[in-house]
Amino acid sequence: MNIHEYQGKEILRSYGVAVPNGKVAYSVEEAVEAAKNLGSDVTVVKAQIHAGGRGKAGGVKVAKNLEEVRTYADDILGKTLVTHQTGPEGKEVKRLLIEEGCDIQSEYYIGLVVDRATNRIVMMASEEGGTEIEEVAEKTPEKIFKEVVDPVAGLMPYQARRLAFSINIPKELVREAVKFMLGLYQVFVDKDCSIAEINPLVTTGDGKVMALDAKLNFDSNALFRQKAILEYRDLDEEDPKEIEASKYDLSYISLNGNIGCMVNGAGLAMATMDIIKHYQGDPANFLDVGGGATKEKVTEAFKIILSDENVKGIYVNIFGGIMKCDVIAEGVVAATKEVGLKIPLVVRLEGTNVDLGKKILEESGLDITAADSMADGAEKIVSLVKA
Amino acid sequence: MSILINKDTKVIVQGITGATGLFHTKQAVEYGTNIVGGVTPGKGGTEVEGIPVFDTVSQAVEATGANASVIYVPPAFAADAIMEASDAGLELVITITEGIPVMDMIKVKRYLEDKKTRLIGPNCPGVITPEACKIGIMPGYIHKKGHVGVVSRSGTLTYEAVHQLTAEGIGQSTAVGIGGDPVNGTNFIDVLKLFNEDEDTYAVIMIGEIGGTAEEEAAEWIKANMKKPVVGFIGGQTAPPGKRMGHAGAIISGGKGTAAEKIKTLQSCGVKVAETPAVMGETLISALKEHGIYEKCVTHQ
Repeated sequence: MNIHEYQGKEILRSYGVAVPNGKVAYSVEEAVEAAKNLGSDVTVVKAQIHAGGRGKAGGVKVAKNLEEVRTYADDILGKTLVTHQTGPEGKEVKRLLIEEGCDIQSEYYIGLVVDRATNRIVMMASEEGGTEIEEVAEKTPEKIFKEVVDPVAGLMPYQARRLAFSINIPKELVREAVKFMLGLYQVFVDKDCSIAEINPLVTTGDGKVMALDAKLNFDSNALFRQKAILEYRDLDEEDPKEIEASKYDLSYISLNGNIGCMVNGAGLAMATMDIIKHYQGDPANFLDVGGGATKEKVTEAFKIILSDENVKGIYVNIFGGIMKCDVIAEGVVAATKEVGLKIPLVVRLEGTNVDLGKKILEESGLDITAADSMADGAEKIVSLVKA
Repeated sequence: MSILINKDTKVIVQGITGATGLFHTKQAVEYGTNIVGGVTPGKGGTEVEGIPVFDTVSQAVEATGANASVIYVPPAFAADAIMEASDAGLELVITITEGIPVMDMIKVKRYLEDKKTRLIGPNCPGVITPEACKIGIMPGYIHKKGHVGVVSRSGTLTYEAVHQLTAEGIGQSTAVGIGGDPVNGTNFIDVLKLFNEDEDTYAVIMIGEIGGTAEEEAAEWIKANMKKPVVGFIGGQTAPPGKRMGHAGAIISGGKGTAAEKIKTLQSCGVKVAETPAVMGETLISALKEHGIYEKCVTHQ
């Protein structure tokens, strides 16, 4: 789960990790009011969306007085920002962060991730702040320094010091930098983060080390014990179909194609998208109905697929192991009757009670194309959609 | 022969009285798995399906002589259950539970470092040695005893591969689901090593997916060490970056973990990769023929 920059900074502040003073604003008036209260010489107006690259897209402006704050807030609020992370459709700005400007001396990068190779948390640091870390890794990998953290001891001060010296933080500010890193690590562990990126981390003219930006991402599997984080969820930032699917415990991801997919199991669901593409079709979604799909779940899954106007055909690919094919067939028939299907539907069933399942589909009198294998089904739906 | 489990494996079920645990325990018993006990704290002294239930894993191990455990307990309690099983001295712990927080798994991995326990999973279908022992949630009947090892990050895609093999008369030695989580107990290389040393396994099919670099590392290991043919498949060639595709570990992040990269590495290390999931079986058979071991691998009509 993602949260906004201002929310991430709230969490950091509560752990004593230095961030600039600032406040969220939902309207131009709130923005001006917030700037007035900050009373700083320079104020930064920052668009709050769940995507990076906001600055380049015109979503971050530096205001020298309250009039400029008003102008910029008015300009950015309601604007659709298109960045390399939003996709071509962009994202509408509904919240602003009004923040005091600071006297930046140097910019750095600090990040925490779960490293799959070592099964440990790793802290990464670089003096190439402001640049994306992937780009640094590609062009100048020698400028990235890493510390692997033992989960029993946690991040130790010597590790943080080593990083601070490696990225050339001025000697007199190393203590501050260490404090920052240790606090950030604590946030990561306590809040079940999956990624924490501070880019840039800055040193200022008045001797501070602080987070100018903050990107925190949380482990969805841990949200059951992170109620406070769940409060930060912003549904405006998520795909409505994905939200609907999550209510029914369906794993759904929107894609840009026109063939809706309904599959059981994440691996098979990915493989189904791949095979559709192989036959020159274009999947409209990833959808895993899970191992214990019921008639109701199948019906809901159908409704969600059909709510996507781009969908011109549906491919159901089920390998019934524990889940029985007749249950799926009944679900498909019920869903089709309920929602009224006007586009081609191809169903491939395999596994437990497959004959019974096929019989239910045949006897339903509905216009359902049966497929004998995964490949056969993919070929059929692609040709039906193109016809 | 087989790897990890066989007809002599004595299994206890952690979470045996829950709906999922109970359902799959019945299925396993029906398949012939030697389930010797179950654990549910507070229900010690009772019985389900004629199987004795214990309060703690150590009691269960002491009373039954179990050497393996399967875990069906909910995600919030699963890390504790794994550590309890390890503490009781079990050699093999298979965790089916999906949705365990990564932070918990980091602790579990650290805890297991100096223990003799091998953890399989979490978020996996389990392990099956056909016609001998089934531990997990896979449908038993699609499997046939034979000589091809299967190792996979995905459940249903494993069933798909096994089904294709069985339909072509190719039986399996053992099928291992290592799970779809970013931090797991056993990786591809661990399982490949076991298959490499197993006399009854003649070839291996390895099913990976986007996210992480486990497939690339396995490919390098195969090139340097594997004495038997390996074919592969990678799911998620059309997956968009930055999105979790169902499995917690199936995500392309920062341009890393793409299917294209994995396929390229596997091929460069001499692993044949099935172009589509529909030809996993076919691809394996063509490799068996190339190595002149096809006839040896045909187990039934």
